[in-house]
Amino acid sequence: MSWVLANLPLLAERLLAHLGQSIPPIVLAFVLAIPIAKLANARGWLRGGLTAGAGLLYAVPSLPLFIVLPIILGTGIRSTVNIIVALTIYGLALMVPSASEALRAVSRDTLQSATAQGYAPLARFLRVELPLAGPALVAGLRVVAVSTVSLVTVGGVLGVPSLGMLFIDGFQRSITAEILAGIVLTAALAIALDLLIMLGGRLALPWSRVRGEGVR
Amino acid sequence: MIRFDHVGKTYPGGTTAVEDFSLTIDSHASVVLVGTSGSGKTTLMRMVNRMVDPTSGRVLIDDEDVAGVDPVKLRRSIGYVMQASGLLPHRTVAENVATVPLLEGVSRRRSRSRALALLEMVGLDHRLGDRYPSQLSGGQQQRVGVARALASDPNILLMDEPFGAVDPIVRAELQKELLRLQSELGKTILFVTHDIDEAFLIGEQVVILRPGGEIAQQGTPAEILADPADDFVESFVGSGVGKRALHVDEVSGQQVVLDAGDRPVGVLREGSRS
Repeated sequence: MSWVLANLPLLAERLLAHLGQSIPPIVLAFVLAIPIAKLANARGWLRGGLTAGAGLLYAVPSLPLFIVLPIILGTGIRSTVNIIVALTIYGLALMVPSASEALRAVSRDTLQSATAQGYAPLARFLRVELPLAGPALVAGLRVVAVSTVSLVTVGGVLGVPSLGMLFIDGFQRSITAEILAGIVLTAALAIALDLLIMLGGRLALPWSRVRGEGVR
Repeated sequence: MIRFDHVGKTYPGGTTAVEDFSLTIDSHASVVLVGTSGSGKTTLMRMVNRMVDPTSGRVLIDDEDVAGVDPVKLRRSIGYVMQASGLLPHRTVAENVATVPLLEGVSRRRSRSRALALLEMVGLDHRLGDRYPSQLSGGQQQRVGVARALASDPNILLMDEPFGAVDPIVRAELQKELLRLQSELGKTILFVTHDIDEAFLIGEQVVILRPGGEIAQQGTPAEILADPADDFVESFVGSGVGKRALHVDEVSGQQVVLDAGDRPVGVLREGSRS
């Protein structure tokens, strides 16, 4: 405990760095997954391929990927860009199948009805299909957020500053408090983001929590 | 006026939904297309607002070929009510009713007051406006669907089995309500159903369809009942098997009216109209 109190500025710095590497891939994966999923749903063969491909992508071990990416991207091994690119790929691997399912689950009747009322195709997608897929998209995003926060720690092994570095450093120097602080803060950050997304979803999609009284 | 001019629809796979269909629907008339599934009735209706484009022939509204009209604009000018209401579950009832005005850029405030007035018009409490569709009963949702179709004050109403998903009592209420609205508004209504009783109730003109959109008979309900064109129509309206034939039997001094299955349906009273 005394180690933690003595190192509060370090912990804060690591936490911020961790957050800085988590947010971009979460946002990128979410924003990119939606058009990819929409395209995949429109082409049957692409959907099958992407869903299978996404599973394979997720199976790529993270540490080698962090090492190979700088070679491909021409970045330094300690650059956070590698982390962001790698985690965006993992995020997509989770989010694309999830978004594809979310969009497919939107009732065809409702979409047809929107067309019949005079929604143009893009407006129908943005203002009807996307919001209706919202609850399932949010569920997918929560998984991506938690997974991303946990994967950012791997960068610590390569010397990219994050909460992961606390375990590595604590392990090498046998400071149990530092290891524990790293684990607890990582978990807390994951839970906090998860809650934030859940609350954001509730605010943005108030209709999804309404209990039906009538017959559907 | 809506005119179907030798329209046909063959899908890319080779299935023909409609062979060659012609029909003129006068302005302010209510016409019901009735047929079993596969009769092409929904396909025909959807040609009017270009949800389906015919592969042959033309559909004209007031002598203008709809093929030349922007489909989005066309759809906003035509009311459309579908089965199970098709309301947007993420919009409140008032927002749903105001869908077309909002799409057309009418201010939120004006759209809302129009929507609330329309709710009252279809027999709903305007306070339901702030609920979500899932909080309403099936019958209420269907009324909202009708209110939404009327929001832009269209000349034409397309109704695709609008009361198919509600129970018989509610359906009867909704049918009565539609007749009342129609007597006030005088829209041109094209109504699609598989229920011949509903067709006879709603339609001034009824068009009975065979598979492939072929017209088996067309006329007023009375004309069709009195003189069915052939066996197909007879069996469809039930007059052939005597389903609609009633007879009278005397039970304890009362004239009881029985249907074809000898089920009592009422008591015959001389001259009384109450």
